[in-house]
Amino acid sequence: MSDYRGIFADGLWNNNVVFTQMLALCPLMAVTTTATNGLGMGLATTGVLLASNLVIASLRGFVAQEVRIPVFVLLIASLVTLADMAINAWLHELYKVLGLFIPLIVVNCCVLGRAESFASKQPVLTSAADGLAMGLGLTLALVLIGGCREVLGSATLFAHASLLLGDSFAFLETTLIQDYKGFLLMLLPPGGFLVLGFLLAGKRVMEQAAKRSEVKEEFHCSVQ
Amino acid sequence: MTGLRDWLKPEGRQTLGYHAALLGCVALLVSTAISVADWLTRVDITQRQLEDLQATLQQVVPASYYDNDLVRDTVTINDGGRAVTVYRARRKGQVQAVSYQVTAPGYGSSEMVMIVGVDRNGTLLGVRVISHAETPGLGDKIETSKSDWILGFSGRSLNDPPPGQWGVKKDGGVFDQFTGATITPRGVVKAVKGGLEFFASYRAMLLDESSGGKD
Repeated sequence: MSDYRGIFADGLWNNNVVFTQMLALCPLMAVTTTATNGLGMGLATTGVLLASNLVIASLRGFVAQEVRIPVFVLLIASLVTLADMAINAWLHELYKVLGLFIPLIVVNCCVLGRAESFASKQPVLTSAADGLAMGLGLTLALVLIGGCREVLGSATLFAHASLLLGDSFAFLETTLIQDYKGFLLMLLPPGGFLVLGFLLAGKRVMEQAAKRSEVKEEFHCSVQ
Repeated sequence: MTGLRDWLKPEGRQTLGYHAALLGCVALLVSTAISVADWLTRVDITQRQLEDLQATLQQVVPASYYDNDLVRDTVTINDGGRAVTVYRARRKGQVQAVSYQVTAPGYGSSEMVMIVGVDRNGTLLGVRVISHAETPGLGDKIETSKSDWILGFSGRSLNDPPPGQWGVKKDGGVFDQFTGATITPRGVVKAVKGGLEFFASYRAMLLDESSGGKD
């Protein structure tokens, strides 16, 4: 059960938290008004997912089925609190940017979802890989949706990225159209649903195209 | 009640006693971890917040207004049951400007916390938002990093604009609202006006020379 390649393929694409499992939509709608916000939320969640999968996989031998959910909730909530305090004390500059998002991780059901469906049944290292893969998949989805909404809503991309990543990343900040009046709908929650819907449809189309070409190849083979 | 020894075997873990003990242990474990983390981080967090406060005070009260340590030169005013800590900027012992927090209800149930700097004539030196939970991309234009909007308060006072026009443009006032967010700037304008009224009511106490440094 150490198919890391499969785990990462699942996390990033096949079983992506947002695009396939349709989880984590609440924080997604709230923060993805810019690609930078999406990136910050994604990275913070990745850290918590990794830690929670590690802890839950190492305790999986002791946790009885009947009380597993309260145990997981306790562990996840305290991990988020610890992350919040540590970032506030020692990475204060980052906290000023991410501070708003960190408590939101508690309500992200993908953390509990991975604990329940993966980490509680799998060895520690595999679970850690799963946490990392799912987190990166979530980050990818958040940056994609944030990017689309930002471009359509305010015609910028990665605005204020230097606040999150440091001044060396200021080159990421792009303004596509000067004096853009803004397309407010995209910045409001409905814009999040719209972009998510179109991206989901796009993913389905790609998957179907892939399936069709597979069938065609099989057909060719059988004819020969 | 089964024996502790049974809990070591998976089939002995189906009991209520084990469940209770497990939950209790996990709760104890995580509360210990959080207490330890709180103890480890408390000093640093307080220090960071004090530095933030100093940095913010410097934004609303220019350095030319004081030669004292204004973070420590405070007076607490009881304003209708609410204690307001006022930081006083003195030059050669005379209070030149004061700075204090004002709060406003934001969009939703959250509160916006702002700091204002007012000189001894009641003119605003500056307003900054310290914390808020407004919608990213909409209401967060009250931050200086996102927009210059909040700088528009500098130089204003209770009579400039006249009291009737102390509001956002939508309400017949002189201050801009943002695209898609009226509630946030409306709250800020109202709170800043309230801050100026607070200065007017307690002017004598705030500028009192004789009440000494520490309160």
